[in-house]
Amino acid sequence: MNTLFDKIWDKHVVQTIKDGPTQLYIDRLYCHEVTSPQAFAGMRARGLECFRSDKIYCMPDHNTPTHDQDKPVEDPISRKQLDTLDKNCDDFGLKEFKMNTKDNGIIHVVGPEKGLSLPGMTIVCGDSHTSTHGAMGAVAFGIGTSEVEMVMASQCILQQKPKSMRININGKLSPNVVAKDVALYLMSKLTTSGATGYFVEYSGHVVRDMSMEGRLTLCNLSIEMGARGGFVAPDEKTFEYIKGREYAPKGEEWDKSLAYWKTLKSGDDAIFDKELNFNASDIAPRITYGTNPGMGIAIDETIPTLDTIDEKEQASFMKSLDYMGFAPGEKLLGHAIDYVFLGACTNGRIEDFRAFANIVKGKKKADNVTAWLVPGSWLVDKQIREEGIDKIVEAAGFEIRQPGCSACLAMNDDKIPAGKYSVSTSNRNFEGRQGPGSRTILASPLIAAAAAITGKITDPRTL
Amino acid sequence: MKQKFNVITSTCIPLPLENVDTDQIIPARFLKATDKEGFGDNLFRDWRYNKDGSIKKDFVLNDPRYSGVILVAGKNFGSGSSREHAAWAIAGYGFRVVISSFFADIHKNNELNNFVLPVVVSEGFLQELFDSINEDNKMEVKVDLPNQVVTNLKTGKSERFEINGYKKHCLMNGLDDVDFLVENRDKVESWENANK
Repeated sequence: MNTLFDKIWDKHVVQTIKDGPTQLYIDRLYCHEVTSPQAFAGMRARGLECFRSDKIYCMPDHNTPTHDQDKPVEDPISRKQLDTLDKNCDDFGLKEFKMNTKDNGIIHVVGPEKGLSLPGMTIVCGDSHTSTHGAMGAVAFGIGTSEVEMVMASQCILQQKPKSMRININGKLSPNVVAKDVALYLMSKLTTSGATGYFVEYSGHVVRDMSMEGRLTLCNLSIEMGARGGFVAPDEKTFEYIKGREYAPKGEEWDKSLAYWKTLKSGDDAIFDKELNFNASDIAPRITYGTNPGMGIAIDETIPTLDTIDEKEQASFMKSLDYMGFAPGEKLLGHAIDYVFLGACTNGRIEDFRAFANIVKGKKKADNVTAWLVPGSWLVDKQIREEGIDKIVEAAGFEIRQPGCSACLAMNDDKIPAGKYSVSTSNRNFEGRQGPGSRTILASPLIAAAAAITGKITDPRTL
Repeated sequence: MKQKFNVITSTCIPLPLENVDTDQIIPARFLKATDKEGFGDNLFRDWRYNKDGSIKKDFVLNDPRYSGVILVAGKNFGSGSSREHAAWAIAGYGFRVVISSFFADIHKNNELNNFVLPVVVSEGFLQELFDSINEDNKMEVKVDLPNQVVTNLKTGKSERFEINGYKKHCLMNGLDDVDFLVENRDKVESWENANK
């Protein structure tokens, strides 16, 4: 009771259906090309127009190539899906941030940087990483395509109210430990289902100290613990980040909004359905070894031995290690890798590129490594060039590609070949996630950079 | 896909793995379609087929001993991506029910919105169900939505399952949420006026 989650959720309740879900008002619907076409088709079949077209923003990002975006997309099926979004936006009168324009990028990177995702809002998208926008102090969560259609038709969805959880992380992070490590640590502690049914508020010194980019990374990964969403209560850092952005409130509207945003915090008497406490000093740079994001270890630890795994979970555990080509008890430091991916809605922001550049500066990319550096948006790309990061990474043998989701889920050409190891700053290491047979090791941009220059899994603290 | 739901009695297909994510249910490269058709053909694609398109004989969907419209899966089914294509693939293949001890939130909603019933049972009931199927692949399970009871017909054991009354009414009568929401647009306008 009296949590920030309650405050935002309850304010948006249109009605509660007897013995049923809540009808929740949605302030922003984001759509991308993969999970929207069937919703638009449904709207057409019902003869409906979008109920509040000014609250819907569309972004092609999953299929977009990371090179030659000015030329026609080579894959005809990808091209058709991208063209379908263009046509749907035209037909339904929706704002689209078109491919190969300065407004384009990954929706979860662009929403915050354009000032579209604001404190106190309810935000949904047919994409589980919508939780990213929680970093702005919003209740943001992923939905299915049927639910996308609901929002198009009524600006509402029907939803059971999740339970509330607060995760406090106190203390101070050690050097070379970043938001991605915190998230990977939480996932390995909670497992991929530990927060299912909950909405998480991240709190504590570590979260307050985090940059907005760090908070976006942390909230992005909420779904990987099973959480419906995760957010950080807005503070001065949030307001500073938003101020002056393209769609942010201006003038009198700004003052009014700011006054409201400052009230957005959990009460001192707030009661959470669950509350967990962690200490920053327990968190080291982390990597995953298995095929779900909860299968993680500190970079210098060994993979668990079979006897430490619950009997019922042993079959899944061994299937996972077989897929990865790893053995129980194995140490991964020094293990050769083939690919490095820096990017995705998880780690495709300017701070991630700065961290990567800081490590590769003055060094050379390892010959055995193919590296894809993909900014999360054209705005990030612009910042990269303004700060000279492009020059630093190019001198080290890397190139900056064009923005999009890219190798995070390999819907474009950026696929990791079968059997190859990829150290990736993305969010999922599921079987085949980065291409059929690909083997993904999730990590921070620092570990990705260390792997890119050494050609193997390397602790950035030892460089 | 709007098949009305009442009582279903069927043999089962067992998938005793935990944390089956939606990337396994339907890999991303099959998400490029702009309609809902044909996803069943690629359900569990990379577990079901080799790279050259030949079938993997040891995967349960390719095992002629098992058939039916009920999928029985390990804990935390449908985790990961929100892709509703996973529910379309499950429905498209012909499944009407998925039984597990735990479902990921978004996928559970996606199943319900496609008239596939996710039935949450206790870990003990699930384990016994796997054991029963293992002993007798022709054993049947009865899923009674009106009474919210699932029964292992081999052991005779039953368990009650939860579903909210609204969604149950929708499933039993072939109704969907968009119709309901459009009928309630006036309430949305009232909310907007009160929250300007």
